[in-house]
Amino acid sequence: MTSRAEELLTLADDELILGWRNSEWTGIAPFLEEDVAFSSIAQTEIGHARAFYELAAQELGTNADELAFDRDPEEYRCAPLVELRLVPDWARTIARHWLYETADAIRIEALKSSENEAVAGLAAKIDREEVYHRIHADMWARQLRASPERGRFEGAVAELWPYALGLVEGEQRGQLCSAVGRETVDAVERGTHTEELRPLWEEMTMVRRSVAGAAW
Amino acid sequence: MIWEVFRQEREGQPFQHAGSLEAPDLVFAEAYAREFYGRRDESFALWIVPRDALHDVREPYVAPVFDRDYRRVDGYSLKVKLKEARERVGAGHAPPGEGGA
Repeated sequence: MTSRAEELLTLADDELILGWRNSEWTGIAPFLEEDVAFSSIAQTEIGHARAFYELAAQELGTNADELAFDRDPEEYRCAPLVELRLVPDWARTIARHWLYETADAIRIEALKSSENEAVAGLAAKIDREEVYHRIHADMWARQLRASPERGRFEGAVAELWPYALGLVEGEQRGQLCSAVGRETVDAVERGTHTEELRPLWEEMTMVRRSVAGAAW
Repeated sequence: MIWEVFRQEREGQPFQHAGSLEAPDLVFAEAYAREFYGRRDESFALWIVPRDALHDVREPYVAPVFDRDYRRVDGYSLKVKLKEARERVGAGHAPPGEGGA
């Protein structure tokens, strides 16, 4: 597998699994307007995953569905951060949302200068949609920091910070430290999956696996 | 806090009331307005207004008391006046084919 295909799969897997976790809030978000907004964000992340899978599929001679659903959980390249099931803790959910969007902004910005036109073009489009996600994450981070319960949010950010560092590599980690305003620590690196990924995968692929090879 | 949202279908069109939402402040209201009325590129622009900044104006302030149809372009009905004129003159002078008084 080329390093570009690996990179595309990494991004796609992060977005798919995070989109799945965010969608767990549909119907149980703090209030109605936020339920719609957060579900919409989850759906957009899955849309971005699909776009990355399509590009990777071209390189690998397969299709997006097979990449998204037909691999064994161990083959996914998602970071541990997105695998964590955080429902029903809103403070931890927003902490992850804010950390992820901050890291994602850094790597999307880098992708916009990719020498591959398709990748650069996709990154530019995704960047425009992500503007709203960042506004949303910043808005909630500010709201929770200003609340009397701010300790829960700050504690969640501290807890998830090592995981967030594991989203990016090399000099992007320094950029992430600046953006978040925290010192670097030992990161929870990609490469090993949490025990939460397999149950997620089983539920996510349950329908597809129920009739192998079906055309839906 | 309740906010009312107005949307503009295309640039230059009047803003029309689209609905309302609840949000703690303007930043949240903007995010949700975008979510509900702009997510699928269906609006060129949105206005957001706190509901209590709106002034509702209705009867008796705008109630019609006298019939002032004469002020309106469509206020004169010639058909009615023609019929009245024919009745004044007498049914026998009505043009053939028209019903009598």
